[in-house]
Amino acid sequence: MESANELLTILPLIIIGAAGLFVMMLDAFTGSARLAFVSTVLFSAAALAVAVTDLFGPTGESFYDLITYGGTAAFGMVLVMMGTLFSVILSRDYLEKTGGHIAEVYSMILFAAFGMLLLVASNNLVTVFLGIETMSISLYVLAGLVKNEKKSVEAALKYFLLGAFATGFLLYGIALLYGASGSTFLVDIAATEEKGMIYWAGVGLLLVGFFFKISAVPFHMWTPDVYQGAPTTITAFMATASKAAAFVAFILVLSRALPDARSEWSDVIWLFALLTMVIGNILALVQDNVKRMLAYSSIAHAGYIMIGLAAGTGAAYSAVLFYLFAYTLMNIGAFGIVAYYEWHKGYDFTDINNYSGLGFQQPIIGVLMSIFLFSMVGIPPFAGFIGKYRVFAAAVDEGLIGLVIVGVLASAASVYYYLRVLVHMYMKESENDITLVRPGTLYMAVLLLLAALTIYFGINPGILTDLLGSFKAVTY
Amino acid sequence: MELLLNIVIYLPLLGALLLLFIRQDDWVRWTSLLVTTATFVLSIPLLLQFDITSTGTAQYLTVGEPFLGDWDVKYMVGLDGLSMLLFMLTTFMAPIVVLSSWTSVRKHVAGFYSMLLILQTGSLGVFAALDLFMFYIFFELTQIPMFFLIGIWGGEDRIYATVKFFIYTLVGWLLMLVALIYVGFAAGNMVNDGIFTTDWQLLTSPEFQLGLVEQTWLFLAFGFAFCIKVPIFPFHSWLPLAHTEAPTAGSVVLAAIALKMGTYAVLRYLIPLFPNAAIAFAPMFAVLGVIGIIYGALVAMVQKDVKKLVAYSSISHLGFVVLGMFAFNTTGAQGAIIQMVNHGLSTGALFIIVGMLYERRHSRLISDFGGVAKMMPVLTVMFMIATLASIGLPGLNGFVGEFLILVGTFNSEVLGSPWYAVLAALGVILAAAYMLWMFQRVMFGPVTHEENKKLTDINAREIGLLVPIMIFIVWIGIRPTDFTRYSEAQVTWMLEDTQTRAETIAGNAAGEQLPSWALKLYDVTPHMAASMEPVNETKATTTAKSKEESL
Repeated sequence: MESANELLTILPLIIIGAAGLFVMMLDAFTGSARLAFVSTVLFSAAALAVAVTDLFGPTGESFYDLITYGGTAAFGMVLVMMGTLFSVILSRDYLEKTGGHIAEVYSMILFAAFGMLLLVASNNLVTVFLGIETMSISLYVLAGLVKNEKKSVEAALKYFLLGAFATGFLLYGIALLYGASGSTFLVDIAATEEKGMIYWAGVGLLLVGFFFKISAVPFHMWTPDVYQGAPTTITAFMATASKAAAFVAFILVLSRALPDARSEWSDVIWLFALLTMVIGNILALVQDNVKRMLAYSSIAHAGYIMIGLAAGTGAAYSAVLFYLFAYTLMNIGAFGIVAYYEWHKGYDFTDINNYSGLGFQQPIIGVLMSIFLFSMVGIPPFAGFIGKYRVFAAAVDEGLIGLVIVGVLASAASVYYYLRVLVHMYMKESENDITLVRPGTLYMAVLLLLAALTIYFGINPGILTDLLGSFKAVTY
Repeated sequence: MELLLNIVIYLPLLGALLLLFIRQDDWVRWTSLLVTTATFVLSIPLLLQFDITSTGTAQYLTVGEPFLGDWDVKYMVGLDGLSMLLFMLTTFMAPIVVLSSWTSVRKHVAGFYSMLLILQTGSLGVFAALDLFMFYIFFELTQIPMFFLIGIWGGEDRIYATVKFFIYTLVGWLLMLVALIYVGFAAGNMVNDGIFTTDWQLLTSPEFQLGLVEQTWLFLAFGFAFCIKVPIFPFHSWLPLAHTEAPTAGSVVLAAIALKMGTYAVLRYLIPLFPNAAIAFAPMFAVLGVIGIIYGALVAMVQKDVKKLVAYSSISHLGFVVLGMFAFNTTGAQGAIIQMVNHGLSTGALFIIVGMLYERRHSRLISDFGGVAKMMPVLTVMFMIATLASIGLPGLNGFVGEFLILVGTFNSEVLGSPWYAVLAALGVILAAAYMLWMFQRVMFGPVTHEENKKLTDINAREIGLLVPIMIFIVWIGIRPTDFTRYSEAQVTWMLEDTQTRAETIAGNAAGEQLPSWALKLYDVTPHMAASMEPVNETKATTTAKSKEESL
């Protein structure tokens, strides 16, 4: 019965893995995109529900310590499944309107989600690698979904080439660490006594691999092209679920495998956080394409999150997890609305000038967009503010005041490009003759839910922060 | 009464949500008027029940549960002498602002009024908040509606104005956020068992003693944010732009309420939290205040646009407020508080009147008017009263504030020089010059433009919204103690408490090793001199002590 219990610890993985295969078969035998959509939603919702209950369940290791469950891992699963579920729901209308509604998309999304789930649950560098690869390969395919669009194909190829390269770094890092410690288990690596050249080279390469996945500057080059080229709702999926998964795994690796080297990697992350915030924000300032702007903004957000990693305390990790949660909510929301506007003129209707005067046409959508963008700026009473506040506070507590000051100045600069969208939506006269149609009920419901959560966790974050705070005793 | 305070704060927000479901523009207007009037009426008992002798603690205090997890950050609102008058000013101005935009706002009416109402809740929260973190949250809540108010319903150059306004303010406040976090942790370690706290009561308790070097940096970070918001010269450049481009209601709220958040924050947080730094930097702020007074007045004098003129006069008036607060005596601080109210009333009235002229004539250039008094006699009377109040004519409210501030500054021990008052008084003379000259060119003289002959006088609604302001302008002018008594006890207590704490901290710091700039900075003030002198004498003993300890 022991093994049956072990299976329960990876129940979300099993559900999503089975769902991926099921949806693929469904496509082969019925070819019905509708059925595929419905079953994807149901399976994802089930996995999300399981992950949420796991939050309050026990923590520990299973499958010969390859897998960690409960606590941070469970929260990572919640983030991944939220990202998956919401972007799948938003995808249907988008793909239908832009002419790419095919069933296999859903199975690819599910396989990517499977990889992410494995990633956040990994307690061993080999599992980390498996997770990252399963996730990435599915994402390469998804990025090139719109086959007859040059940009989309370019994005896929670019992502694939750079991603393969980064995976090489990661794998090399894992190999060197194995050489230095004789094991790929996170705890065994932490116990390494002799920290020679090989060890440090391994740590460095591992960091590079992760920096690529979380798109830290200077490993960010792929992000804007891929985010712009991919279908918008898939971008939402990539920007939230895969980012969150990579960050959670990064936390697990840093806190479990490299706790002794904290002062060293903290300095490295400090530097890259600084670069990421400054460059991400500056490049976002000059973007005229909303999708591209959001891509750079996600780079900038990665920078803020890295402040928390640089602080490297239990409080900082729980702040990062909260930030990721808020980030997931507001990014899916914003991308969802960008996708909604795209329906009306087709793929890549994302130039900022196209947005002129759209705010008043569908007032509720306009208000929701404002909420998501203000939350990204980090203005109370939205969840984005609490996330930023907690990360900054944890860093100030660790004495990283200089970095935090750069962070707040960078986020002050970010106001300009977020507000620019609102300025166009509300304060300029329309240049197009678009009449916006009402989005479907389900679409609207998801957007409203995201906005409601953004506000709720901005006003009453205590529930979540208490929960995240309780992880620290177990995980770190 | 605690419940009533919360109802007053959140009623406008509820009203804003209600407006989302109303389609008819007229219904929107009436609903907003009803909501704001109800808010005002409900706030009156708060004023009547207010215990003016109580000091230290706030009244009608609501303390919520900590909502940020393991940190002691909680919802905390209440009123005390520092905030009572400004809170009432906010509820009082709201229905007037709603009425003043009755006909001038024609597009997206529901959006406009819901923004105004959200702004109202934010402003009330700013004045009632007694937790630094809550203050920050409410403050940001006022920024979003203001951004839209200027940007959507503003004039020609509105987008530049609103983006500049928003970013400029946010830069300051985000830096303050970092300082706020630092203060929270420091206070947690000193007075709250290691738990992060931003509770105002704890931050002003005598056990909370920040070192002099820490104080300097934190004071500068907070001061920078508040300087931008006030705005204090040289951080004022967003203000004339925002004022000019904003719709009438936006300008009125900005002048009457939003600017007060900066000066109020100085009095509530900047001075009590960092007592030593505040005293050491007082002369510097006073100088900036005086520069603001004279600079604002001189620039106002050459304006061609009436609204811009009023905007620059605001900078001048707020210079007085800053000067009064940094005089560090009850007279000065009392003058500053009543001047905040006065400025809200008279400048608010001036913006409303300019708005009325603009609505009829579609111009704000002084040269487009002339001889308007003949066509609009009622408006002329109102305009005259507001103008004279703004100048500071005895018998009207402006005089009371400016007089108290000048007396306070003159007697100030911390500033220690009569020159501040002398130079500031120059501002009063300049105010008479630019205001009266403007008034004469707009209202009197021959009618030079044909269009002006068709101007109609203000209607019943417009008279109705101006009269209450006029009543208070005269009332404060004649019986200022009816108003100043609300803040007197608390202000006196707060200043004494601040100075006591400053002396304790300076005394403790005497034994510490401080960088030379800090020694110099905290030596220059007469207050500090006595307590800082023992540094050399005690040095021998402290080094001996530390040797003992190390053994």
